[in-house]
Amino acid sequence: MRNQDPSPPKYVLRFFRWYCHPSLLPAIEGDLVELYRERIALSGKRRADLNFLFDVILLFRPGIIRPTEGHKSLNQYGMFKSYVKIGWRNLVKSKGYSLINIGGLAIGMAAAILIGLWLHFELTFNQNFGNYDRIARVIQHQDFNGVIQTWNSQAKQLGPELRDYYGSNFKHVVVTGWIENHKISYNDKSIRYSGNWVEPGLPDMLELKMLKGTRSGLKDMHSIMLSASASKAIFGDEDPMDKSLKLNDKNDVKVTGVYEDLPASCDFAGLGFVAPFELHERENLPDWVEWGNSWFQCFVQLEDNVALTTANENIHEAKLKRVRALGSDDDRFKPELMLHPMSRWHLYSNFENGAEAGGAIRYVWMFGTIGFFVLLLACINFMNLSTARAERRAKEVGIRKTVGSLFNQLVRQFYTESFMVVGLAMLISLVLAQASMPWFNGVSGKNLFMPWASPVFWMAVLGFTFIVGAVSGSYPAFYLSSFKPVKALKSAIRPSRGGSLPRKIMVVVQFSISVVLIISTAVIVTQIEYAQNRPLGYDNRGIIVSPIRSDDIRNHFDAFSNDLKSTGAVNEVAFTDTHITDTGVTNSGFFWKGKADDMNDEFWTLRTAGAFGKLMNWEIIEGREFGASDTSSFIINESAARYMGMKSPVGEVVRWGSGDGAREYTIIGVVKDMIMQSPYQPVRQMIFVRPEKQARMTLVNIKINADANVVDAIASIEKVFRKHDPNNAFEYTFADQDYARKFKEERRVASLSSGLALLAVFICCLGLFGLASYMAEQRTKEIGIRKVLGASIGNLWRMMSKDFVILVVIAGVIALPPAYFLSVDWLSQFQYRVPLSWLIFAGSIGGALLIALLTVSYHALRSAMANPVRSLRSE
Amino acid sequence: MKKYQLGEFEEVVMLTVGILHEDAYGVSIKKEIETRLSRKVSVGALQTALKRLEDKGYLKSRDGETTQERAGRPKRYYSITAYGKKAMEYTRTTRNELWNAIPKVVWDVKTV
Repeated sequence: MRNQDPSPPKYVLRFFRWYCHPSLLPAIEGDLVELYRERIALSGKRRADLNFLFDVILLFRPGIIRPTEGHKSLNQYGMFKSYVKIGWRNLVKSKGYSLINIGGLAIGMAAAILIGLWLHFELTFNQNFGNYDRIARVIQHQDFNGVIQTWNSQAKQLGPELRDYYGSNFKHVVVTGWIENHKISYNDKSIRYSGNWVEPGLPDMLELKMLKGTRSGLKDMHSIMLSASASKAIFGDEDPMDKSLKLNDKNDVKVTGVYEDLPASCDFAGLGFVAPFELHERENLPDWVEWGNSWFQCFVQLEDNVALTTANENIHEAKLKRVRALGSDDDRFKPELMLHPMSRWHLYSNFENGAEAGGAIRYVWMFGTIGFFVLLLACINFMNLSTARAERRAKEVGIRKTVGSLFNQLVRQFYTESFMVVGLAMLISLVLAQASMPWFNGVSGKNLFMPWASPVFWMAVLGFTFIVGAVSGSYPAFYLSSFKPVKALKSAIRPSRGGSLPRKIMVVVQFSISVVLIISTAVIVTQIEYAQNRPLGYDNRGIIVSPIRSDDIRNHFDAFSNDLKSTGAVNEVAFTDTHITDTGVTNSGFFWKGKADDMNDEFWTLRTAGAFGKLMNWEIIEGREFGASDTSSFIINESAARYMGMKSPVGEVVRWGSGDGAREYTIIGVVKDMIMQSPYQPVRQMIFVRPEKQARMTLVNIKINADANVVDAIASIEKVFRKHDPNNAFEYTFADQDYARKFKEERRVASLSSGLALLAVFICCLGLFGLASYMAEQRTKEIGIRKVLGASIGNLWRMMSKDFVILVVIAGVIALPPAYFLSVDWLSQFQYRVPLSWLIFAGSIGGALLIALLTVSYHALRSAMANPVRSLRSE
Repeated sequence: MKKYQLGEFEEVVMLTVGILHEDAYGVSIKKEIETRLSRKVSVGALQTALKRLEDKGYLKSRDGETTQERAGRPKRYYSITAYGKKAMEYTRTTRNELWNAIPKVVWDVKTV
């Protein structure tokens, strides 16, 4: 038996040899083998094997395991340490270059981070709701004389209709008003807070997180549920439950619940309270509100097993059928209902002729793409500079290879350096992003923050660092490591024409992107300016607009107006039913001589009281102003005259309504077109009317005397308000500011895109600067010789700059077509748009060229002016 | 003050090395302890103890002959150093002092 030398299990022994400290190995292995053989003799091979295994496992403990360092290492930790050390020394050695490289990359990354956060906000909008996939808004398409308009408002009757006849499709059908400011009074204290009238299913539908009470708190008609912050604002630390509140000095309600505030990233943000819709309907709404009054919203939550398309199919004729059955003439608009799912509310909210036509998704794409390109620019820079710079290290590579470095080790060396740069850039970019967050929030109008605690964010950051490091580092790593040592050492590797080609291509790509960005930004800015300079048709300066909150004012126009005028600070006063910069009320059912039988007319109407024309300073081009008794008269605008096909409208009679409600009006004047809706769209056909009763008036417009001091004027106006309406605080806005606010969204886009375009150009220039310095350095000797032979500074400057200028010109030419198409596409969303001028294109390319030339000239001139003796002497 | 540190198992190992004198190597020490004290000793526990004692300077080792039954691996023989002897003495005297300090009564009571 002995002679056969039974040996212990091979793999166990190999494991033991792997971990055991080399100095202990022979002795312990000897012990183990000796024991093993004895055990075989004693109790057989199986037992001995098992015992051997146990011994080996029990030996696996500190003191016996070999240390990771020293002696013979398990890994290449030492090598990595050397990579990092060498990499760091290289960074520190050429500080300027490192600064450009890391700085450019960091700026690009910071921009990408900010845009990424913004995209995340936009793309996860409304996703805080658990029923995100099951909630939809009922919208309607209506045919107005061939043009299909889409409204997200509905008649309040739609709620019961859907519940009663189509209930199997829905878990909840909820009719609501709109989120608006309301006055809430508690004892003597009162505040204004935003909230909504909703049907009782809403808290369940939105899964409101209840802090107090239950979600069924709106079952009783006289109840209210508050958000945590509203409760805090009204009650402070007091317990709000079962306390009585008064809404708008009118409705008595009792607090039945408090829910957690909804986040800013949802369409129900600012829902400070919910009160029963039934209460609103019974106590605040007039009785005549019918199917024709689409004043409300209707939300549904689908039943679990019902698909959106099925429900859509089922309800899409619900309104048409009902209004037909009722014999209402609303069926002439062929209302068609549609379920607009919550996932599309935010980004796909526009409809054109009944079909979805994008919306904010346009900006998501736009900034996503720009962000990507800015980042790409920074990466290209990084790659370009690394390769340009690395060619100087050809000698180093040669020596390393001669001494025994392997190809793989060199690849790792260069990768380590690129990861170090990217890692540093990432750290700096995080700081930059945090620092510029307030500015970015201001421009974008969002309330974003760095999600430091989010693991997803960190994973994205790390993954991103890795990808950029790997991609950008790949070229120098593989290109340089493949140098032949003999060649590299014997003669310095001269960058051949072929070698610098990729670099040139990348510069062209960079500048093409920049030029496209510059042109697009210029187009955006000129379009906004163009729209802002559009003639208004009236004078909006010095007009303040204030809501009417009391019937004392509404029903006593003359007294109120006289009191205001007697202050001396006020020129004119007029009531209107909608805001003069945004007259949203449309009416139909007008009949005039020569109207086509099948025409579904639609007019924008404005009800006024007082000397509205004088207040607006509008221009009557035919006929006359309203007189005091003109309650059966219309003044129309030019567009309306065209719309009705009238050559001389004055004196024509128009009938409004049908049956008993019909009334006849005479057109007494035509007024010049005024912009009272969107500044980007053609002026709508408008009718101005002076009703006898002021019941529908919601706003008072006051023209302040141009000579009066505005602050004093507002103080005296407030006094008059207090006298007529002691219960409500005086609130007002300036009409010109309200108008300016219409440009907010576009201004935002303009400042964001111009910021990004600037950044792109800056990054490009950083790269160019780096490349130019590298070129100048490479050609020091050549320039010295040329100078000695008689070249002038101008000659040299031209020679050095020429290469770059050609590249930029090529880039400009490449950039033209995409820039043109992008601009045309962006402008197509505005009907009132600036004509595209070739000046914008030429100017942008010229600008890019100039900036590039300036950047390059610094190094070109510096080396051209240097003393040739110095450059030639050194060897 | 702990002048010398010697755990219970370490002390057993030291004593055994002393008993075996010139013939103390892994397997022999293990067997000696197992037979004398009738307790199981794993190779791992023994080897770590030996290494620790050597690191402390109580034991020294030398490589011995290679034999057929060890598949050509040398034996490592251990012997006690002078410092190790001191440590053992110290443990022994302190132990004895403690023993002596126990009052006789304790034993009396126990026998009753």
